[in-house]
Amino acid sequence: MRNYVLLVLLFSSITSLSQNCDNSLSGKVTDIHDGQLLTGVTLIVAETDQAVQTNFDGTYSFSNLCNATYYIQVSHPYCLTKGFTVKVSGDTNKSFKLEHHIEELNQITIEGKAYSDNSKTLHENTINKEELERFSSGSIGDALKSLSGVSALNTGNTVVKPLINGLHSSRVVIINNGVRMEDQEWGAEHAPNIDINSVSNLSVIKGAGALQYSGDAVGGVIIAETLKVPVKDSLYGKSLMTTTTNGRGLSLSSQLTKSYENGWHATLQGTVKRFGDFEAPDYILSNTGVYERNISVKVGFNRFDYGIEGYYSRFKNELGILSASHLGGARDQVRALESNIPLIIKDFTYTIKAPRQDVTHHLATIKGFKRFESFGKLNFQYDFQRNNRLEYDIRRGDDKNKASSDLQLDTHTVLLDLESHLTDAIILKSGIMTKYQNNFANPNTGVRRLIPDYDMYDLGLYFIVDYQLNDQLLLEAGGRYDYSYMDVFKFYKTSFWESRNYDQRFPEIVVEELSTQILTNPQLNFSNGSGTLGATYAFGEDYKLFFNYSIASRAPNPSELFSEGLHHSASRIELGDLSFKSEIAHKVALTFQRKNEAFSININPYINTISDFIVIEPTDVRWTLSGEFQVWEYRQTNAQLLGVDVDASYAFAENYRLKSQFSLVKGYDRTLNVPLIGMPPVNISNEIVYQNSEFNNIRLALQSAYHFKQNNYPNTNFEVFIPETEIRQELDVSSTPDAYHLLNFSSSIDINLNQKSKLTVGLWITNVLNTSYRNYLNRLRYYADDLGRNILLNLKINY
Amino acid sequence: MKKIKFLTLALIISTLFIGCSKDDDQQPQPVNEEEVITTLTVTLVPEGGGATVILQTRDLDGDGPNEPVITTGNLAAGVSYSGSIVLLNETVDPAEDITEEVEEENLEHQFFYTSGDDLDITTSNENLDTDGNKLGTEFTLVAGAVSSGTLTFTLRHEPTKPNTGIDDAGGESDVIATFNVAVQ
Repeated sequence: MRNYVLLVLLFSSITSLSQNCDNSLSGKVTDIHDGQLLTGVTLIVAETDQAVQTNFDGTYSFSNLCNATYYIQVSHPYCLTKGFTVKVSGDTNKSFKLEHHIEELNQITIEGKAYSDNSKTLHENTINKEELERFSSGSIGDALKSLSGVSALNTGNTVVKPLINGLHSSRVVIINNGVRMEDQEWGAEHAPNIDINSVSNLSVIKGAGALQYSGDAVGGVIIAETLKVPVKDSLYGKSLMTTTTNGRGLSLSSQLTKSYENGWHATLQGTVKRFGDFEAPDYILSNTGVYERNISVKVGFNRFDYGIEGYYSRFKNELGILSASHLGGARDQVRALESNIPLIIKDFTYTIKAPRQDVTHHLATIKGFKRFESFGKLNFQYDFQRNNRLEYDIRRGDDKNKASSDLQLDTHTVLLDLESHLTDAIILKSGIMTKYQNNFANPNTGVRRLIPDYDMYDLGLYFIVDYQLNDQLLLEAGGRYDYSYMDVFKFYKTSFWESRNYDQRFPEIVVEELSTQILTNPQLNFSNGSGTLGATYAFGEDYKLFFNYSIASRAPNPSELFSEGLHHSASRIELGDLSFKSEIAHKVALTFQRKNEAFSININPYINTISDFIVIEPTDVRWTLSGEFQVWEYRQTNAQLLGVDVDASYAFAENYRLKSQFSLVKGYDRTLNVPLIGMPPVNISNEIVYQNSEFNNIRLALQSAYHFKQNNYPNTNFEVFIPETEIRQELDVSSTPDAYHLLNFSSSIDINLNQKSKLTVGLWITNVLNTSYRNYLNRLRYYADDLGRNILLNLKINY
Repeated sequence: MKKIKFLTLALIISTLFIGCSKDDDQQPQPVNEEEVITTLTVTLVPEGGGATVILQTRDLDGDGPNEPVITTGNLAAGVSYSGSIVLLNETVDPAEDITEEVEEENLEHQFFYTSGDDLDITTSNENLDTDGNKLGTEFTLVAGAVSSGTLTFTLRHEPTKPNTGIDDAGGESDVIATFNVAVQ
């Protein structure tokens, strides 16, 4: 060994004598599949035998090279070793790509290959780690809406729900670290319970094609994955700190990973976020603070042919709902709509008062895999989730500090999957899922249960076959069957029970008649089939065409079946229907892709035809002692959504790039021939990015986002009696806000602290011009403007 | 070795699964609605004797489909009435007196009386909260000339106090009850 080193030294000294040899060669090594930076890659200059390894951001650097052509060998334990010829002339920058065999990273993933392959014939949009870090102080919904075709359904600025091609809530399935999230996702004001800082890769599949996860993703699937851990002796981590001027708060997140050559690894991660009242350009949005505390821990053991992993995460979020949005009845709504500013504006505070939400989500999972040479890779997973949602309303007397809604949803799931390579060209994935879920609504709230107590049992079976016909054409087909059984105990108001004729239609489910309520025991069964058929055709060097047809079936959720009463956060009475059946969606999606360093483009048109689509819409006005409330009833209809998403990236000069996005979706109720409510308006965004890896990887970006006015919406206005004037006045709840344009700036620079540590400093400004606007997809748009300018300072240390 | 590991794992998990399976087949308890106001009764006693006028709205199913049952009465022209308002939650037995809660939290509540354009009545002399601002569970009502129109009682939660009337009071409406009333 010593001789070897001496030899290296000798050679390098010889060359340095012979000519001007103080040039450097540096660059990055990335995974050819997903552009992920690769750490621990060994690079050897054949001529000099100089050897270096890439550090944690995938960069390497050689010094003392001459102006000459070198042969460089690039190797990594889990990649094919490759040789490159590089011409060094002055200080040179050269990046390499390796074919990274993720399977051999021994990462335990139920889906087989991490970070890719969730569906082979549906185009996947991905947000990588660097981009996610920019949203560190926000939520997962904030990050997702940066993708084309994904928007956000907001309740104020703190509750952000992803909307995929116009659909949300139960129609969007979220997979977190291999686990399907069961976090009461049915509610429009229930945000996903995931810590964005625990995610290192976020993908969106705009369709139901990923059958290994579910058959009911009418809108799409969101997949959040945690960091991959390499099999080697190592200790590394990162810390992120973001301070913001809007909300005057702080977000702190840290992550530490220890891994061993023998396959053991452990990761600990935590996040704390604290924000006070946010601000619109002209006023404070009172009671919009956030206090979030999350922790996750992962321990695992990985070998090539078997592995096991345990993961636990706890997500806790307390958030305020805009004070001015809490209203009595329709007459209060008239007052709120007539006012240009919120009816309640108070001084800035960090205190979060009612109305507020306090949500805790526990997720624990154990998974393992074993490879059998004879029949393939077997995956096993068990997960447990406990979601506790407390909603506090403005109340009187003894109930003041008591939650008005206290729901606990427990879910146990067991999954067994098998991935077999039947031939070199054919891969069969198949699996079975069983699930038990229990919902418990605490009766001590003093408010009738919004969601009843229930037990639910699910069984799912699926298969997916991929057939690589030739280098160009890949075919995919899959099927899934889900059976679910719900055993429910529901109290109905006697007056409602009779007004719906349930006393004649469902007399057999009555358990007990009380003075004003009836206890019933509905037992519901749903059998759902779903399937997918697709093809991917690669042509030319850079082109791909994806075609996918999928059929998805979704059983109605508890809210759609059992709602019956005043929903305070929406200031309306919501009524479900016990006789709903599953909705069935047929989606055809096409993607044309050109993928090239200089110019990339994706064009993705789609059409989604949904029968028995469950919509909620106003049908009546009901008098109560708090005045009149609009009655919104769920109903099943035939719907159709069509649209196109485009995203493009063009490197128009060295270090400069233009990124553009465009999304359009139109939704119609085909039975009544009216537009669907709540469809995202057309939006277009353009971003100019300057990035120079030679100068501390400096990155400057300016983004312009234009959101059009939504002109297609149903008329849901209604009349309200105003006692002061004794006239009936129309309450305009359906008109959509005007178009708006936002300018966002972001910048970052890397500073190497020492060989192993790197500091990244970021400065971002959102809504640079402090534009006042209201967003159609914000449920509180009636009461206040959206967020004003926000300046964020972000420090990140990798170590 | 590997087999043993896998078997152990399977065993642990199956125990978890069994351990967590449900054993509580009992029925859920009904919820006693603690905050609902089902009934508002305004009692107007004529000063100097005469028939007491009762205005009442009663909605026993709260936000359910049944409309409130409204009892109204007529006022005598030129007569001064001393009025009082009682709020009840009649979904529980015995009925709960919500007026007591409102009076306990008198700083956070206020009643407003709104007469439609044509109804000739005036209200005054409201009872006060502990800060000396209007609360309005008790008041004086004077019926003017012969006329008819609507009379509305509004209870606002967390209004701005003091205020010049319902228009700048803000807050959230807990109760809105409108009666068709005639002065004869």
